[in-house]
Amino acid sequence: MSDFEQPVLSVSLLNKQYGNGCASCRSSRRDRLIKNYCPVCGTVYACRDITFEVHAGEILGVVGESGSGKSTLMQCLYFDQDVSGGGAYISAYKNGQANIFAESSQQKRYIRNHIMGKVYQNPVMGLKMDFTAIGNIAEKLIAAGNRNVGRMEARGMGLLEHVNIPVYRAKEVPKNFSGGMRQRVQIAKALSNNPPLLLLDEVTTGLDLPVQASVLDLIKKIQRERDISVVVVSHDLGVIRMLADRTVVMLDGRIIEQGLTDQILEDPQHNYTQHLVQALLG
Amino acid sequence: MEEILAVEHLSKSFTIHNLGKQIEVLRDINIAVKEGEFIGITGKSGSGKSTVLKCVYRTYAPQEGGIWYNSKEFGLINLMKASDRQVIYLRKHEIGYVSQFLNVMPRTTAWGLIKQAVLEMGHEENYAKREAEKMLKHFELDSGLWDSYPVTFSGGEKLRLNIAMAMVKHPRLLLLDEPTASLDFASKLKVKELIEQLIKEGTTMMGIFHDLEFMANLCNRRYEMSDGKLVYIIPKNLQ
Ligand SMILES: Nc1ncnc2c1ncn2[C@@H]1O[C@H](COP(=O)(O)OP(=O)(O)OP(=O)(O)O)[C@@H](O)[C@H]1O
Ligand SMILES: Nc1ncnc2c1ncn2[C@@H]1O[C@H](COP(=O)(O)OP(=O)(O)O)[C@@H](O)[C@H]1O
Ligand SMILES: [Mg+2]
Ligand SMILES: [Mg+2]
Ligand SMILES: [Zn+2]
Repeated sequence: MSDFEQPVLSVSLLNKQYGNGCASCRSSRRDRLIKNYCPVCGTVYACRDITFEVHAGEILGVVGESGSGKSTLMQCLYFDQDVSGGGAYISAYKNGQANIFAESSQQKRYIRNHIMGKVYQNPVMGLKMDFTAIGNIAEKLIAAGNRNVGRMEARGMGLLEHVNIPVYRAKEVPKNFSGGMRQRVQIAKALSNNPPLLLLDEVTTGLDLPVQASVLDLIKKIQRERDISVVVVSHDLGVIRMLADRTVVMLDGRIIEQGLTDQILEDPQHNYTQHLVQALLG
Repeated sequence: MEEILAVEHLSKSFTIHNLGKQIEVLRDINIAVKEGEFIGITGKSGSGKSTVLKCVYRTYAPQEGGIWYNSKEFGLINLMKASDRQVIYLRKHEIGYVSQFLNVMPRTTAWGLIKQAVLEMGHEENYAKREAEKMLKHFELDSGLWDSYPVTFSGGEKLRLNIAMAMVKHPRLLLLDEPTASLDFASKLKVKELIEQLIKEGTTMMGIFHDLEFMANLCNRRYEMSDGKLVYIIPKNLQ
């Protein structure tokens, strides 16, 4: 079976701090920090020693309160931010032998364009609001080296249809789209190069419940049909419950608990996870 | 017959942090199950019956002991220590769990859900479709329901779907957690027929039932959960 096969993504001791730190927080961080923040110098330790794996065909959930470091983690993995330390290894890139953070910027661009797709928490980050929907997808296809306009358009249309954006709206700008439609366009764009790994940051946050449900359905469908690996970030344990096979719980920049999603939900070990579950189940 | 499952010195407690409370539920559970056996478990509400099954399924993380399962894929494996990946594999291919609750993706049809269970095992689309159809017929789920969302189903229909999703995989070990609770008599009989069929197929089962009579002719051995322990109940005719 697949257990001893290589993980699709392996993250090891990833650290990200905003600020340089000072004598106070560098010497004995643990007791001098307020959550993830050093009151002396203002440094934020957004991700601390983050270590986890994502396997083939798996949906991994990342859950945690606002400010726990979820988006920072996604940004680091997608090279939107430079890490402060640690490594990440992707089986589809140099057979998982190279720390992607240590690669050249040219190689990083290659990884972004061919190996990963990302949906941003804020669609303004993921889409050009005054490009058409199809134009946004073409942009990513061009970045990946496609040149044939006809073929790109066909591919883009197919993708938009796949995420239930009607073809007759493909030439409209996302500025005019609803929140749910924007997220669908982001998903189509992220999928455009058939990446083996998809990073989703709060794709359903801020959407009405029925729209949320349809986006969740879409993600599940995509994962099933394409058999890709997905990292789903959400502060909403309900979303994670619907989607994730395994779940990682973050607090103050650290992973405090990880395991099978039903185990996290039904037998949470950490005080904070118990709070989260109680809030979900009422 | 070979042993398929051996639970040894299993103990489980829950720590509720915000109440500063520790609930001790299982103390030194021991049970060995042979291939093809049907083990019945009874006991008072809250005595820990579900906890045992959930520890085997790894929904709960026990503190002590061993849960040795003789897997087709991995050989003898301690489910307490198996990796998440291994447990996910076993749930897809070898171990099923059925409760009275149906917890599925909200907007997938009954047919789709059963098909998905087959696809998960690595079969191809057409085969999955056929198997799912067979199951739906077999479970006498009204054909009008095949393409509906299960949220709209009655308790009995949900349950039959639940069992169908587990059964279509032909698991080697099936855990049944009061699957007949809150069902009317006719539906209970349906479930009973299905269990009998599973027994014929050689499925090993551990089942929790409220209704002793229901279980009486089905199970090879019965255990009573009491004071955190599983106690073997000697059959009437041997007493
Ligand atoms: N560019 C930045 N500069 C300085 N601090 C930042 C920056 N981006 C994030 N942070 C800080 O890092 C921490 C983690 O932020 P992040 O956006 O990763 O949280 P999150 O878990 O995604 O929260 P939310 O659920 O609200 O989206 C926060 O304390 C935040 O203020
Ligand atoms: N997830 C859980 N968290 C905390 N306590 C639990 C949990 N599951 C069960 N318990 C406790 O364990 C005891 C046994 O519960 P359970 O196994 O569900 O009993 P039964 O199935 O025999 O009715 C009860 O006191 C119950 O409150
Ligand atoms: Mg965020
Ligand atoms: Mg119970
Ligand atoms: Zn400092």
